[in-house]
Amino acid sequence: MRRIGAVALRELRSYFSTPVAYVFIVIFVAMSSALTFYVGGFLQRREATLEPFFMFHPWLYLLLIPAVSMRLWAEERKTGTIELLLTAPLTTAEAVVGKFLAAFAFVAVALAATLPMWVTVNILGSPDNGVIAGSYAGSLLMAGAFLAIGSCMSALTRNQVIAFILAATVCFLFTMSGLDLVLDAVRAVFPPVFADVVASLSFLSHFGSITKGVIELRDGVFFLSMIVFWLFATTVAVDLGKAR
Amino acid sequence: MRRGGKDESGLATDFPAITVRREAPVDAEATRKSFNEMSEMIVLDRLTKRFGALTAVDAVTMRVAKGEVLGFLGPNGAGKTTTMRMIAGFFEPTSGSAAVCGFDVVHAPIEVKRRIGYLPEGAPLYGDMRCDAFLEFAASIRGFSGAERRRRIDRVVEMVELGEVLARSIETLSKGFKRRVALAQALLHDPDVLILDEPTDGLDPNQKFHVREMIKAMAPTKAIVVSTHILEEVEAVCTRAAIIARGRLVADGTADSLLARLPHHNHIVVGVPQAEAPQAAALLRTLAAEDVAAAGGDVDGVATFSIAVDAIDGGLPAVAHHLKASGVTIERLYLERGRLDDVFRNLTLGADGEARP
Repeated sequence: MRRIGAVALRELRSYFSTPVAYVFIVIFVAMSSALTFYVGGFLQRREATLEPFFMFHPWLYLLLIPAVSMRLWAEERKTGTIELLLTAPLTTAEAVVGKFLAAFAFVAVALAATLPMWVTVNILGSPDNGVIAGSYAGSLLMAGAFLAIGSCMSALTRNQVIAFILAATVCFLFTMSGLDLVLDAVRAVFPPVFADVVASLSFLSHFGSITKGVIELRDGVFFLSMIVFWLFATTVAVDLGKAR
Repeated sequence: MRRGGKDESGLATDFPAITVRREAPVDAEATRKSFNEMSEMIVLDRLTKRFGALTAVDAVTMRVAKGEVLGFLGPNGAGKTTTMRMIAGFFEPTSGSAAVCGFDVVHAPIEVKRRIGYLPEGAPLYGDMRCDAFLEFAASIRGFSGAERRRRIDRVVEMVELGEVLARSIETLSKGFKRRVALAQALLHDPDVLILDEPTDGLDPNQKFHVREMIKAMAPTKAIVVSTHILEEVEAVCTRAAIIARGRLVADGTADSLLARLPHHNHIVVGVPQAEAPQAAALLRTLAAEDVAAAGGDVDGVATFSIAVDAIDGGLPAVAHHLKASGVTIERLYLERGRLDDVFRNLTLGADGEARP
């Protein structure tokens, strides 16, 4: 546990040692607010709800999360520091979890920077704060799932640009898998049951049900199990990758 | 759910070796073979690593005892780094085994890593970190905290003389300081076994000297493996040298025993003016129990002869005495030990360019 903490702390420090962290937080807050007001029509709705704020999160994450995750493993492999990390007395899984937690904490900070939105909506009206709290939790879990995918993609290459593009692509497929764009292609090739399976993996539909106030355990479990699965895949990818 | 039995078992069948091996045994101590602390700090048994069709390390067997400094030599690409990576637990062996302090690198990797200080090739470091932050990280990851961590960092900072750059970012440091930071990281936990991949590469002569002195000072209580291209380093710090070529161990012994493989090792070389060569040859023939070869021919009017020191009763002083007594001018007179470079070349390049077994 202490070793996971040491890895996470180092990783988190390195996020804040470059301007990347601050650029990310500013862009995230600015874009999420701008989308809420101008595209989501937050004020025109005349409703005390943060739904127009949360509805853009999957799309923001799609663009921004791969930028956070791309360096996790690709950079270690490029600079050779992975050799230092993995010859220290810790398991690959501990290193994978430590790095993931750092990225996760970083995104949590960025998300926390949007809390004034919550305050604003409470000043303007009386929203259902339970739904908003649930939506924040759901958004954070979804970000975690995106990060875990990004972490795995980063472990597959030593090139950060490739890691970014792979992560964005895979995240896009998981985001879109509930929409006809993807489902029609699946239906054309596979039996209908596959389309149902693919649809059930959609980040949009799981997140959508959370932000609409339908807070069910299964949506949380879905994102958590995505995180666990992709971190497991990351561990395998790191172990395979270091042998090259 | 996504992570059902199907996913897990599907992956498990795809990568059986990894899923099985990554799990550290519950009781690593139980997997420890009984080992003799003095003679078996590092035990390699037919250690082999293949990358696809390439056999990078081919059945290397050797032992390193406490108090030994093993110089690990070989041309670039011979398998030195791969071997060291396997000992340090970064690569898993394809076959054969490696054990450190009795712990197998595959079955008890964490126990092995606890006991090893490892300086990877090229001394990779997190460039964006400050030197002190990096050492704190290296100490934390090895389980040190609070005053103990402080004490250990202070100790290595003094050992490798890093005090003046502690507050600087690692990427701004000179190559020599970077190497020392990496070395500090390897020494933090005062390990029983040190694996140093080219520790003096890129250092200036003073820094090289300093690192060698450090290695010598630590040697009595540790087993140390040092890879290097610099053969003088072997004679300066190593108690033993192992030469690897094309993945195979081609020699393993003290510097002297390696030099003894040279045909001209321990030969007395006598140089006299060309005009006096026949007289000297005749004299030397009476002294030597074997035939005396005119070794060097005529170089700048000096003829040289080479005789095995064992063949002459009384050795070099006797030769000097007799030559003087007979009035021959001595231009040169010395005992040839041979050079490790020659041993290295002979062993790593056969006549056909192939490594000799």
